[in-house]
Amino acid sequence: MAGESTNAVEIRDLNVTFATDGGDVHAVRGVSLDVRPGEVLAIVGESGSGKTVTARTILGLLGPTAVTDGAVVVSGTDVVELDASGLRRLRGEKAAMIFQEPSMALNPVFSVGWQLAEGLRAHGRISKAEAKAKAVAMLRRVGIPEPERRVNDYPHQFSGGQKQRIVIAMALAMQPAVIIADEPTTALDVTVQAEILALLRQLRDEEGTAIVLITHNMGVVADLADRVAVMLHGEVVETAPVADIFAAPQHEYTRRLLDAVPRLEAADRPPLPEDTPAPLVVAKDLIIEYPGRFGRRSTFRAVHEVSFSIAPGEVLGLVGESGSGKSTIGRAIAGLTPVAGGSLQVLGTEMLGVKEREFRLKRRDIGFVFQDPATSFNPLLTIADNVAEPLIVHGQAKRPGDARGKVDELLEAVQLPAAFGDRYPHELSGGQRQRASLARALALDPKLLIADEPTSALDVSVQARVLELFIELQERFGFATLFISHDLAVVDMLADRIGVLHRGRLVEEGTGAEVLGAPKDPYTQRLLASLPVPDPVEQARRREEWAALSG
Amino acid sequence: MAGSRLLGRLPVVHQLRQAVGLQRGMLVAGLALTGVFLVLATLAPVLAPYGYSQLSDESGNFGAQQAPSAEHWLGTTVGGYDVLSRVIWGARTALLVIIVAVLLSVFVGILLGLVSGYLGGWVDRVLVVVADAIYAFPTLLLAIVAAIAISGGQSGLWSGVFAAAISITVVFIPQYFRVVRAEVVRVKAEAFIESAKVIGASTPRIMFRHVLRNSTRTLPVIVTLNAAEAVLTLAALGFLGLGIEPTSAAEWGFDLNKSISDVAAGIWWTAVPPGIAIVLAVLGITLIGESLNDLADPRLRARRRGKGTPADAVAQSEPVAREELGEVQ
Repeated sequence: MAGESTNAVEIRDLNVTFATDGGDVHAVRGVSLDVRPGEVLAIVGESGSGKTVTARTILGLLGPTAVTDGAVVVSGTDVVELDASGLRRLRGEKAAMIFQEPSMALNPVFSVGWQLAEGLRAHGRISKAEAKAKAVAMLRRVGIPEPERRVNDYPHQFSGGQKQRIVIAMALAMQPAVIIADEPTTALDVTVQAEILALLRQLRDEEGTAIVLITHNMGVVADLADRVAVMLHGEVVETAPVADIFAAPQHEYTRRLLDAVPRLEAADRPPLPEDTPAPLVVAKDLIIEYPGRFGRRSTFRAVHEVSFSIAPGEVLGLVGESGSGKSTIGRAIAGLTPVAGGSLQVLGTEMLGVKEREFRLKRRDIGFVFQDPATSFNPLLTIADNVAEPLIVHGQAKRPGDARGKVDELLEAVQLPAAFGDRYPHELSGGQRQRASLARALALDPKLLIADEPTSALDVSVQARVLELFIELQERFGFATLFISHDLAVVDMLADRIGVLHRGRLVEEGTGAEVLGAPKDPYTQRLLASLPVPDPVEQARRREEWAALSG
Repeated sequence: MAGSRLLGRLPVVHQLRQAVGLQRGMLVAGLALTGVFLVLATLAPVLAPYGYSQLSDESGNFGAQQAPSAEHWLGTTVGGYDVLSRVIWGARTALLVIIVAVLLSVFVGILLGLVSGYLGGWVDRVLVVVADAIYAFPTLLLAIVAAIAISGGQSGLWSGVFAAAISITVVFIPQYFRVVRAEVVRVKAEAFIESAKVIGASTPRIMFRHVLRNSTRTLPVIVTLNAAEAVLTLAALGFLGLGIEPTSAAEWGFDLNKSISDVAAGIWWTAVPPGIAIVLAVLGITLIGESLNDLADPRLRARRRGKGTPADAVAQSEPVAREELGEVQ
């Protein structure tokens, strides 16, 4: 045994195989990694690269279908050899985990104090009062205000960022040698992400806990990591200190991964000609409400008096955090959500109180690309049938077979081989599906395309290709676009004009250079400052700026 | 190759290939029992030594309550029928009732569930209340009421089969309705339904092309479990004297009823064979249903353990991701 080793975690020749319906899947192949005490090791890679599986073996958290061999030594103990009770002792005391979705990692029917105490009581005799006192101390440690009062609150009474802080407190409870953080900020808004990253950095500095950070966000890596391991198809292709990875990536794949990361440039685009024809969409003091459960009293107002317009051929980017109302606006334009007040003109139709029957004819001029390509196709129809659906509905073809010529053309336009038309949606990768989704949205040659977070479910290199394709198609077909995204860098790549939404209000609107280059609204400034950039040196400088802005 | 792929997509065949271990054993046992049941039902005229209502042959009357012998392997009943023949012919009656009952309840239940779940509103509320009200009745009571209302309690083969099937249907429709409605409500919220709406598809088109087929995944399991329950309900109706006349068709429940007095007299052969027939038929169908249920759920499904670490497993299982990433390895 490597008992005398000084590393917090040592992984040697790790192989993990999963038994699945389609035969064995070799998810991790011969991986060797070290994590030193007080070090943040970031494991980056795309979905399916084995980064989560590798990290989960440190806690022995793989399911019964996994076969593991090799050695995973956590402060002197080989995890692979451990039985169930040994693993239970290891978890919490030597290694702990922070999950991606904090609202799912907490049990909704117990108070957070009880859940924190649960972990303490599982590892040794400790009285109820002591456990509670310790829970309060832990909550204070991770920056929850008024911990004495809030320790008895239930998870739903905390915000997403606070929940993640509580999950971190739980992980820290037994002062483990290493914490596995599996995409700890992916489910959080960018301003909250910056706070959580600051907390993790502070804890690492003060407690000396090693952190294994799993992420696909290169900005987060640049912000927090000391060393980076790049994984591809279950193998580690490159391991290097964070500065070297960004400055001089050795492996071809690392280079491609970094190139694919969208960067904020705030570039100015040539303005559209002044004498543009009548805009396609005009919103004036638009109000959208979600009715509450009990009558009008609890009505939730998602969009407050927002005004904007989209000219033909123009790309309007809408950015904002979750709950800012950006998707709601997109859905209202597509007629999926009713308008409560103000005015919204879409292709000449007033959407306030519109009847579905009147609007149905206009739908041929509107394409919609959904966020999750995995669920936006009918899983029982082939891709060709799915793409042909708008053509059939609007009477341009009688049966899917008749539309096949046009479908093949569309698939070619989005750079998918025509043969993919015969496949079912689940047989395509995420990026391919999203391209097919674009093909469907463009089937009727629409004047307006609404893209609701079209790339946020995709890996970064796939995202880059989909965005490139999008730009090319937009130039070729000249449709106007409402592009909704939480990612400023993505919107910056595409949009002629950018609107920033905050809590249902449009706080700033203008060209990319105006909004991103010289933001006037304090919220936009904060949003920009909390965005981690994929460059460790630059990010360190921005971190200070952010601290000044928020402190 | 294409033929075997098509075969592999059929329900049951697909699951049989997928199953391993105990789950496979359950499924195979269920399929074997059900297979025997189906063979008996379809080939009853060939397999049964006598007709179901035959009381005599060339050598005269069979006689009542005769012990098993070379002529009558399982003896004769109090009414003078051959027990073995009645058991075999009984399978045919049971199968007819299952088919009619399941077909009726599946069609009505799915249609109501689809309309109720997709349209919602007051239609939905009324249908759910009616379904709940039907649930409140003991199923057998409901079946008895239906049987009396339909046929006055006694009848011939087809009217008897339909009376039994419809009484069972009344009990089953709420089950299909509930399951399909729940699935429809779930599927209705999926993005591909929204994308169909955005395209401008009409409501019937969305319901039948996009929602319907995505909402029927769990039906094979319920169909098999209900088929087993149909056999039991039919036998119970027959046992209570609401079944089919012995001259119209053989029916296990009716035979059990007539053998009650025999049991006290030490005559076992009139009661045991129809009883075993009911048990095995129900067991066979239930085993299929339960193992389909387990196999449908990836968390319950057992898999073959991986042996060693074949390097090409990755290449086989993730071709799409590779394509996406290009040539870099």
